[in-house]
Amino acid sequence: MGFLGKTKSELAKYATVLKHSNKDTEELNSDEFEPVAAKPEKTEKQEDSVEMITCSSCKKEIPSNVMKKNLFVCPECGAHNKISAVRRMRSMVDPGTFRKLKCDVPFVNPLNYPDYEEKITKLQDKTGLEEGVLIGVGEIYGQKAMIAIMGSEFLMGSMGIAVGEKVTYAFEVADKNKLPVVMFTASGGARMQEGILSLMQMAKTSAAVQRFSEHGGLYVVCLTHPTTGGVSASFATLGDITLAEPGALIGFAGPRVIEQTIGQKLPVGFQRAEYLETHGFVDQIVPRGEMRDVVGQILKLHERKRWSL
Amino acid sequence: MMREIDERLRDIDREIEEESAKKDDYAADVRVKELKAEKKKLLRQCADLTPADKVYLARSIKRPKIDDYIDALFDDFFVQRGDFLSKEDKSILGGIAMFHGVPVTVLGHRKGRNINENMEFNFGMPEPEGYRKALRLMKQAEKFGRPIITFIDTPGAYPGLEAEEHGQANAIAKNLAEMSSLKVPVIAIVTGEGSSGGALAIGVANSVYMLENAVYSVLSPEGFASILWKDSNRSAEACELMKLTAQDLKHYGVIDGIVKEPLGGIQQNPNKVYREIDAILTLELARYKKMSPNELAKNRYDKFRYMDAAIIEEAKKEKA
Repeated sequence: MGFLGKTKSELAKYATVLKHSNKDTEELNSDEFEPVAAKPEKTEKQEDSVEMITCSSCKKEIPSNVMKKNLFVCPECGAHNKISAVRRMRSMVDPGTFRKLKCDVPFVNPLNYPDYEEKITKLQDKTGLEEGVLIGVGEIYGQKAMIAIMGSEFLMGSMGIAVGEKVTYAFEVADKNKLPVVMFTASGGARMQEGILSLMQMAKTSAAVQRFSEHGGLYVVCLTHPTTGGVSASFATLGDITLAEPGALIGFAGPRVIEQTIGQKLPVGFQRAEYLETHGFVDQIVPRGEMRDVVGQILKLHERKRWSL
Repeated sequence: MMREIDERLRDIDREIEEESAKKDDYAADVRVKELKAEKKKLLRQCADLTPADKVYLARSIKRPKIDDYIDALFDDFFVQRGDFLSKEDKSILGGIAMFHGVPVTVLGHRKGRNINENMEFNFGMPEPEGYRKALRLMKQAEKFGRPIITFIDTPGAYPGLEAEEHGQANAIAKNLAEMSSLKVPVIAIVTGEGSSGGALAIGVANSVYMLENAVYSVLSPEGFASILWKDSNRSAEACELMKLTAQDLKHYGVIDGIVKEPLGGIQQNPNKVYREIDAILTLELARYKKMSPNELAKNRYDKFRYMDAAIIEEAKKEKA
């Protein structure tokens, strides 16, 4: 017996529900994707009132237009401040090529967690994201790829059923269409509000990566600040190529929990991207401004290697 | 509630032992009878436990540990140590054994049966080396076509400095990915507490069973309360909310079956529970024997792929 007293065979029929599309086309099926609505650029015109943004590291006030142009990398200290998923997507893809992957996952609240739905609705309005990850197909220097960008602005990019389903589906579509996957992770881990089913997303997404990988798919991960918990311990650390942004916090347990457990102060730079590189868990650390070039180069290096199915 | 009952039960057991030792003492016999009646009454109160009670029971030191399960269920256990990369992590015990004449790979978290063992085995909290050892054993099982049986009982992966330096996240992720495509049957049993990715890292199985008073959750109730409410003292409240009991998880389809325990917990009569686990394993292995290696891998993939399909479907219907 499975969920709501349904037998396994009854559950199996739901499998078809989740196959968001079953057309077995070589070409990308246009029904699976939709263009992202162009955002009106309103603030840039108002020159009189220049908004100031405080760098999270050096605390200096930087004019917002400078910050935006610099992809939120502080021009004073070089700190990589948080950038929204939509902005990051725009910084990566060739203009006008991004098509969002259609994968509607309705709101679910398995624990009946109080005020959870209101919280999600508010975040959807505020961030323009459906959930903690933005996924679509875009081109990077003319090379088509499935691009997934987690948004820490959406409940810390935590992974619940919706994020797990979208990531899994992205790997399945990429597998079917022989596309490489480029993933930007930013997450506090599994989403507590959805309980055990959040934990199960770790198995679901990892299995999808495994299958994609067994079919010869290229998976490029860029770990951004922060990537911890259930996301770091699943699809985030399963890439063929693993990049990281400077200064990003990457680890399984949070630094506070570790300090409490071992009863001592952690060394400076512990769990930062540079620390991971030293310990052998990152291919390269890439500054944000160079990310598009580097990912483009990686895609090019894999261009001639066609997998056999 | 369970804590008080459990403490009283312990006292009763001790007193019964003392009184029974007295030979030809009528008063002692009467006292033993009284105590046994009280014990029976107390055990009957354990029929309806709260989630917090189950968390208490699941963590009890008196609960059988992996060493006990291996002794009771398998023959010829051959222990295998080390990850063959850097070290032996004692918080995971594993090796090859016979199950009714069939060689199997068996492994699981090792908490220890007393405080000294607890310290030695790090309370069943593995470091990356433990997960890598588990993976080594499982890949070997796949090579030789042995079914894999895992026992889950951990407060979580160890949150330590070296554990992080040696790639805790990566070790867990690798296990999840590799387990999903193993071409031999994998059966997991949650015997105590199964907390977070540290539990799941040996839990990607074709069939997952849970003891009646075991718990399985995204994080310990203390951790859950600490993250959501910044107050780990609200763990009792978290227990109520988290839906971490075997009954809850069966409802969600996260587990396939519940192994019944005697009133008051498995420690009241472990042999009865071992017999039931033995029967379950026999049945499951017979079932999976009929599947080809690829079917076994697909069966496991689909189980996790569509585990939440029903709940998504329900929500879609509700929305429409």
